[in-house]
Amino acid sequence: MLDPLKGPFIAAEEFFTLTGRALRNIFRRPHYGADIILQMDSIGVGSLLLVVLVGFFAGVVMALQMAHALRDYGQVSKTGTLVAITLARELGPVFSALMVAGRNATGIASELGSMKVTEQIDAMRALGTDPVQKLVTPRVVATGLMLPPLTVIADFVGLIGGWIIAVAILGLTSVQYWSSAWHSLKWYDDVLQGLLKPLIFGLTLSLIGCFYGLRTTGGTQGVGRATTQAMVTSAVFILILDVMMTKIFVGQGG
Amino acid sequence: MAESTLAPILRFEDVSVAFDGSPALIGVSFQAVAGESRVILGAAGSGKTVLLKIALGLTRPDSGRVFVFEREIGSMRERELMDVRSRIGMLFQESALFDSLTIEENVAYPLENQKAIRCPPEEVRPRVAEALEFVELGDTLEKFPSELSGGMRRRAAIARAVVTAPPLVLYDSPTAGLDPITAHTIMTLLIKQRDLARTTTLIVTHRYQDGNLAANFRYNSKLGRLEPARNGARSGARTTFMVLREGRLVFEGDQDRLEASPDPYVSKFVKPRV
Repeated sequence: MLDPLKGPFIAAEEFFTLTGRALRNIFRRPHYGADIILQMDSIGVGSLLLVVLVGFFAGVVMALQMAHALRDYGQVSKTGTLVAITLARELGPVFSALMVAGRNATGIASELGSMKVTEQIDAMRALGTDPVQKLVTPRVVATGLMLPPLTVIADFVGLIGGWIIAVAILGLTSVQYWSSAWHSLKWYDDVLQGLLKPLIFGLTLSLIGCFYGLRTTGGTQGVGRATTQAMVTSAVFILILDVMMTKIFVGQGG
Repeated sequence: MAESTLAPILRFEDVSVAFDGSPALIGVSFQAVAGESRVILGAAGSGKTVLLKIALGLTRPDSGRVFVFEREIGSMRERELMDVRSRIGMLFQESALFDSLTIEENVAYPLENQKAIRCPPEEVRPRVAEALEFVELGDTLEKFPSELSGGMRRRAAIARAVVTAPPLVLYDSPTAGLDPITAHTIMTLLIKQRDLARTTTLIVTHRYQDGNLAANFRYNSKLGRLEPARNGARSGARTTFMVLREGRLVFEGDQDRLEASPDPYVSKFVKPRV
C-alpha cells in the first residue's frame, strides 16, 4: 500500500546524502580549486547577460505597475521605494535564481547525466577520484558564491530600469527616485534577505542539477529526462524556499 | 595442480546482486589466479558488466563476498577501495574517456589522481607517452576524444587502463561495435599487454573469436605480432572460459570443455576453432 511512497522517500534520502557529502567535502582534501574557478566563470560570468536583462525588465515593469497603483493614492514619488524593496527582497533573488536554474541546473544535469550514461562517472571512481568531490562540490560552491553577486547586479540594473521609467514617463526627478529607493532599504530586512536567499537558492539549484545528473539512467533519453526534472524541481523548490524564508524574515519584523 | 598454488587475485563467493528487484547476478562463485586469463561470455544483460563492476567495487553485492588481492572489498569504505582500484586497470565498454580532457590528460589521470600510485610529477609525461606508444597512438597527445575514431578511442582507453602497470586488468567488451580488423588490433594489444606485463586478465565479450585469440595466441615481442600457442603452452599461464546466463554462471572451464559442452546455450557462443 505504501509502495508508491517508497520512490520519493528513497530519492529524498539520496538527495540529502548527496547534500551532506557535497558540503562536507568543502572542508576535506583534495580541493579542486581550478574546477571551482572554471565553474564560477561558467555559472557566474556566463549568466551575467541573462540576469542583467531579466533584472532590467523586472525593474521597468515594476515601476510601470507600481506607479499605476500609487497614482490612486497620490504617492507616485514612492515608486523608487517600491521598486527597490520588491527587487531586493523578492524579484531580484527569485528571478535571478530561476534564470540560473534554467541555464545551469539543466546544464549541470545534462553534463553529469551524459557522463553517467557513458560510464565516465564510474571511470572517475575507478581511477581514484570521488565524483562528488570532483564534480558536485565545485559546482555547488561556485553557484553558491556567484548567485548573490549576480542578484545584486540584477537588483541594481532593475533599479536603473525603474529610474528610466520614473524619469521618462512618470515625471519624477532622479533625486526623488534614488533617495526614496536608497532610504527604503534596510540592512537586516532587505540586504541580508536579498543576499541570503540567493545563497540558499544557488546551493539548492546546483545540488538538484547534480542529483538528477548523477542518477541518470536510460541513455540519451534519460539525459533529457534528467534535464527537465532538474529544471522543474529546482524552480518549484526556489519558490517554496522563497515563501519559507520570506515568512521567517517577515515574522522577525520585516 | 600447479595453478592451485598460485595466489588468487580475484575471488567471488556466492555473489548475488539485483537492481530494482530484478536479479543481475545469482550465486556466482569463481576465482582467478595470478597470470590467468578469464574470458567471460554471455548474451546482453547476462550480468557480465555487473560482474566486472563488482570486482572493481563500483557496485556492491547484495550478498556473498568478493576478495581482490586477498582482501574482502564488500565492507570497505570508498576511500579504502581507492587503494584496491589503483591496482586494477579497467577498460569500459564505451571507452569512458573524459570528453573535456585531452588524450594525454586522460591517460595521465590515474597517475595524477590515484594516491597509492605515488607517481612523481616529472614522470607523468614520459609514462603517458610510453603507454600511448604501446597502443600506437603516440601522436595523439593533444587531441580530444571526440577527434578520434572509435577504435582509436578504445586504444587510448587501454593506455589509460594499463598506464599504472596494474597486476589485474578488466576489459569490458573491448571489441564491441568495431570492425573485424580494428577488433583484431584491439585483441592483439590486450594479448600484448597480458604477455609482456604478465597481468591477470578478465575479458568480457560476446564474441567467441576474442576468447579464441586469448586462449590460443601469444605475443611475440621480437616479431611484434601474435603467434599461435595452444592452451597452456603460454609460459604456464592458462585461459579459462566462463559463460553467464541471466545472472547465473552456467559454465566454467577450458576451451576444450567449452567446445564439448552439450548445453545448447553455451554451444551458441562456440564457433569452430581458428
